[in-house]
Amino acid sequence: MFKRPHYIALVAVILLVLILFRLPAETVSRFKLAVGGFFLPLFGLAGSTQQLVAKTGNAIVPRGDLVRQNEVLRRENQQLKILAQQSQEASRENAQLRQLIGWQKTVPWKLKLAHVIAHDPANWWRTVQIDAGTRDGVQVNFPVLTVEGLVGRVSSVSSTRSQVILLGDAQLRVGAVISDTGTSAHGRETGVVTANASAPLENNMVTLSYLSGTSSVKPGQTVTTSGEGGVFPRGIPIGKIFDLRKVDYGLSTEARVALFASMNSIEEVWVMFPENNAAVSGTPSSAIKK
Amino acid sequence: MNWLNPILILLAALLAVFFESAFAGYSNLLLAKVDLLPMLMVYAALTHGLFTVVTLAFAGGLLFDSLSANPFGASVLPLLVIGLFIYYNRGLLLRQNTNAQFFFGLFASAAAPLMTLLVILALGESPLLGWGSIWQWIAMTVVGGMLTPMCFRFFDRVKRSLNYEPVAEQNSFHPDREIKRGRY
Repeated sequence: MFKRPHYIALVAVILLVLILFRLPAETVSRFKLAVGGFFLPLFGLAGSTQQLVAKTGNAIVPRGDLVRQNEVLRRENQQLKILAQQSQEASRENAQLRQLIGWQKTVPWKLKLAHVIAHDPANWWRTVQIDAGTRDGVQVNFPVLTVEGLVGRVSSVSSTRSQVILLGDAQLRVGAVISDTGTSAHGRETGVVTANASAPLENNMVTLSYLSGTSSVKPGQTVTTSGEGGVFPRGIPIGKIFDLRKVDYGLSTEARVALFASMNSIEEVWVMFPENNAAVSGTPSSAIKK
Repeated sequence: MNWLNPILILLAALLAVFFESAFAGYSNLLLAKVDLLPMLMVYAALTHGLFTVVTLAFAGGLLFDSLSANPFGASVLPLLVIGLFIYYNRGLLLRQNTNAQFFFGLFASAAAPLMTLLVILALGESPLLGWGSIWQWIAMTVVGGMLTPMCFRFFDRVKRSLNYEPVAEQNSFHPDREIKRGRY
């Protein structure tokens, strides 16, 4: 049945795969990104086609509509400028107060816009590829969000693109907080956002685990990042409590959280990175006493 | 050896993985992502040599894993096993029959994700699995099966248009009109 060259080819392939499995994670990640480079021309082609279609669409829009839209955006821009000035003033005041009471300074974060170029082709992972890499200052573990809320974090980076693990993937856990629950002394309840493992079809739902058994969390309350864990800054909106159930014989509570960011249709994301672009370590915006 | 066909199949594998990841919008309707590589493997194993089967398993698997969070190489062995199984049994199979092609596609599309998951779990990873995964598996299997005969039609057409085919000679010779000489 088998001829000698067949044996050699088969054994070579199996050996190569076994070697790949045994390689260090960093080397494998580089190999992955190198092989993924074969897709770059295709991604480029798809991107240019989309741009062309968008341009054609823009050309069809009547001039009157564009002028009206421009006027609305100009007004919105002015309002946002005023808000930004106010927030700058507030952050200056915040920094002064922190200095007065001896709290650690918060690290300011910058945002970089990136486009989603590919989704994970496997059903059992939630990852996407974005068109920003090390040349744009992106590093592993940088938080990724949309205007609606948190999306995930960067898991591997090449020079031109990065892989982002999305909320809902089994590999991503995020420290989360629900403010004003009235349960604890600080009026906030903490938990960990994990994958909604029992329902992989619900892309926009995650599980908030490790809430206390006496939790008074209610559906509709907002879940934000707690800043614990050192990857995500505090206060990024994640989603709203959808429903709750007691687990571990009533010792703890688990909640389903409906995500703010729509995972089914993400096209543009913002990568957050520290202004000085140093590695993200510690809790940049959480208040830790010196 | 004709190099055009293996190259065409590898190119198709590249395009298939690109399509799966760049145009994932259909998965919102189907609630599952369809893997096109098992279907290509069925075609390669039934119509090409072992070299094409092994190359497709290796290159296709690595291309798939490069865009996925799968451990690198996890998709290679399942594709190879499916390809070899069909290749070594193809003498017994009706490869030109549409129904047979559908069932091979069904078998390959069902087996590939299961075996890949086994490899992933054996490597200690924790993929997202639940009751909904059964629906995803069924959707992958059925769509993969339905697309396999189309894959055969498409490649046959491409092969016909790109490969050299000898032109049948026009002459007036008919064997039934041959005058036989000598003793019978």
